[in-house]
Amino acid sequence: MSRTAYLLLAVLICAACTLLLRAVPFLLFRGRRDLPPAMRRLAVKLPPAIIAVLVVYCMKGLPGSDGGTAAATLIAAAVVVALHLWKRNTLVSIAAGTAVYMALLRMM
Amino acid sequence: MDKTQIFRYSFRKSIPVLLGYVFLGIAFGILLNREAGLGWPWALLMSVLIYAGSMQFALIPLIASAAPLTTIALMTLLVNARHIFYGLTFVERYRTMGARYPYMVWSLTDETYSVLCSCLDDEAADAHGRLAFFEISLLHHIYWTAGSVLGCVLGGAISMDTTGIDFSMTALFIVILVDQLRSGGRTARRCALAGGASGAVSLFALGAESFLLPALAATVFALVVMDFATPDRGGEAA
Repeated sequence: MSRTAYLLLAVLICAACTLLLRAVPFLLFRGRRDLPPAMRRLAVKLPPAIIAVLVVYCMKGLPGSDGGTAAATLIAAAVVVALHLWKRNTLVSIAAGTAVYMALLRMM
Repeated sequence: MDKTQIFRYSFRKSIPVLLGYVFLGIAFGILLNREAGLGWPWALLMSVLIYAGSMQFALIPLIASAAPLTTIALMTLLVNARHIFYGLTFVERYRTMGARYPYMVWSLTDETYSVLCSCLDDEAADAHGRLAFFEISLLHHIYWTAGSVLGCVLGGAISMDTTGIDFSMTALFIVILVDQLRSGGRTARRCALAGGASGAVSLFALGAESFLLPALAATVFALVVMDFATPDRGGEAA
């Protein structure tokens, strides 16, 4: 197998597996006109729960990181929360939090 | 609302991901070029077809060392298994999207999932949701692809120190979580607590490399248990 053929196959396989995973819930409930009520209630409750897990996922390096990086992460996260509760402006909260994080990383 | 206004809404909603996706895309393009010696057409192909950030990074050493295709398939299934959970929220909504339905499923990344969840609370998205949802997904996809091609082309020519810019993705998730908690009331707070606690416990018990999937499974389990334990069965608007 040539290198190009190998690379093409690798990309296609990786893409197909990713698509398959993303399609699982849609395939599972394909035949039903309406979702079961319990499933519908779950669908409404999932977003805050999953996004909370994703926040933890972003912080996963925290337990093993050095003090400076950990402090920068926590301070910047607090800045994002505080700014967002105050100003409710998504872009301002993200931009300011990221700027604070990048600045702290270079200082600590 | 006409199409221009809908697009303005979609673009505004997509901006938070713009910075993160472009810079992470550039980082991916640079690595692909350096580690695997591949040019921008490969970055383009991978970002368009695979469109999964962490897996594309994981793929670089695999293809550089010509790993067996079965290894690549297994690795992808493991790294991306979390995506199984995202579609659950949109099963009914995406079905009504006609020709765009397959693309919506295909482009459902962590960030797109989160941003689209935040759109569920907007009236603007309710009225013109289908087009806006599609446009936001497509814009995110374009940002990621453009970044990765750019990174591949520029390669080592970039010397700007962008360490820490990936925090913008963390900030995005935090902002969306805060919004969800504010608009979702007690139900949302309980759900977020279930997710956060599952995540933290799994992280400390299993370590950073393998905690995510058990955390998501535990979260879904907790939500199902809470659902059965609630007498009014989710009567509160969430």
